[in-house]
Amino acid sequence: MRDIISKKVQEMQPSGIRAFFDLVLGMKDVISLGVGEPDFVTPWQIREAGIYSLEKGFTSYTSNKGLYKLRLGIARYLKNRYGLKYCPDEEILITVGVSEAFDLILRSILEPHDKVIVPVPGYVSYGPLTGLAGGSPVYINTKESGFKITPRLLEKHIDIKTKALVLNYPNNPTGISYSRKELEAIKRVVLRHNLLCISDEIYEDLTYDFSHTPFPILSGAKNNTVYLNGFSKGYAMTGWRVGYACGPKDIIAAMTKIHQYTIMCVSITGQMAACEALESGRAPVEEMKREYKRRREFIVEGLNKLGLDCHKPSGAFYAFPSIKKTGLKALDFATRLLKEQNVALVPGTAFGPFDDYVRISYACNFENLKEALKRIGDFLAKRK
Amino acid sequence: MDQILEILEKEARRSPEEIAKMLKKKPQDVRKAIKKYENEGLIVKYKAVINKELIKNDGSEVRALIEVNITPQKDLGFDRIAERIYSFTEVTSCYLVSGTYDLLLIVEGKDLQTVSKFVSEKLSPLENVKGTVTHFLLKKYKEDGVILKHREENKRIAISY
Repeated sequence: MRDIISKKVQEMQPSGIRAFFDLVLGMKDVISLGVGEPDFVTPWQIREAGIYSLEKGFTSYTSNKGLYKLRLGIARYLKNRYGLKYCPDEEILITVGVSEAFDLILRSILEPHDKVIVPVPGYVSYGPLTGLAGGSPVYINTKESGFKITPRLLEKHIDIKTKALVLNYPNNPTGISYSRKELEAIKRVVLRHNLLCISDEIYEDLTYDFSHTPFPILSGAKNNTVYLNGFSKGYAMTGWRVGYACGPKDIIAAMTKIHQYTIMCVSITGQMAACEALESGRAPVEEMKREYKRRREFIVEGLNKLGLDCHKPSGAFYAFPSIKKTGLKALDFATRLLKEQNVALVPGTAFGPFDDYVRISYACNFENLKEALKRIGDFLAKRK
Repeated sequence: MDQILEILEKEARRSPEEIAKMLKKKPQDVRKAIKKYENEGLIVKYKAVINKELIKNDGSEVRALIEVNITPQKDLGFDRIAERIYSFTEVTSCYLVSGTYDLLLIVEGKDLQTVSKFVSEKLSPLENVKGTVTHFLLKKYKEDGVILKHREENKRIAISY
């Protein structure tokens, strides 16, 4: 075999549960609680705007930063909703989902061996992308503090090479989020060490118990924060691939430099649809949110009743129950449940060293959720 | 709107126990609330939405929208004459509307003749009915918020991060 793949990529850890994913995808009639995207279709008025833009012949490139109209819409939205001010000309970049934005930031700021703090359990791409950009991820296990990063934990892991902290709230896979007070405490540490906070707030629309606080509105934090968001989760627009980054203009300018060579611009159809999402108001988002919240109550109660201890997630559409009592390890649990009951979920090990946990997505219709819970109950009963 | 109503409007068979879990309420409180809505007439009844076009054999049913111009009665306005009209079992819906006519009816019958006969023999002869325009329905696309065409499901990949 020729030796053509770079060391960097060779060293990227392939996901340990790839084989499990393949197993799920090869099976028929699976009830899936393993999906990381809404089960809703994009609201019709947004789809219609996308179709209309095609009919009118909007099929060109846009400016690298994205349609001005969309950046302006985002600036207005953040100002009206949170009092958060970003200049559409210099402080907002439209990206191919949050994923691209995340990659751009790391490539913009990291020197070799710079460290990035990544709390786990966390979304799968943060660590590998940090490595790809030449940095080293520093994973902090948050299990003992209710899956939340605390100032003490943070302080313990910061050293001279630490450049950034990744926050993701509401969190995938745990669904936990932070109150304003908790964020203030984290912010003080971030500022004391002059870190950049990369705040992935893609699930902000799905916060159930208290109002969401964006990291950059905390006083003094804005200059040390890149705020990441998009349309995928709240508006059920995952496949359109439209996200955005808001931050200090030097960072956004650096990100734009890379973006213009690698991506050029986000598809105009997606951008046009996103404009409509902002213009047509939040009624569909609020309706979906109410539905998710009702499912949350149902699934969390159901899981706890079955003896799978589960904290109540305050956002997103995930529950992260402990399977410790079953005596099974996460991958084993997931594989057996799949084979015996045709129910798919994601083993906790996908998100860090969490062999006692599984992620359950309640972004699936209520009938399936009910049936899946019943099957999990049957599965557990058989093991007793 | 109360979430109990929102849930039931979408799926009338959702049980009080399930609703209670979803809303973090006690089942007896949900049951009580539903009872109250039923008594107040907010929840009128529970019924299945049936796509009659798919019924084989005797499914051939004809529906018509009928515009009716009427002369209102002194002191009673439109209500009395409307009542006379909507009391016919053939009339499945009856609305008072603004615009060029007064009542909009939905009338059902087993075939064209039955509906025509109803219009010519029952409806038109009524003293206060000045005129009618009948529109037979040719195809139903959507009814009461439900799209009747069987649609291809959105196929999400079964597992993703």
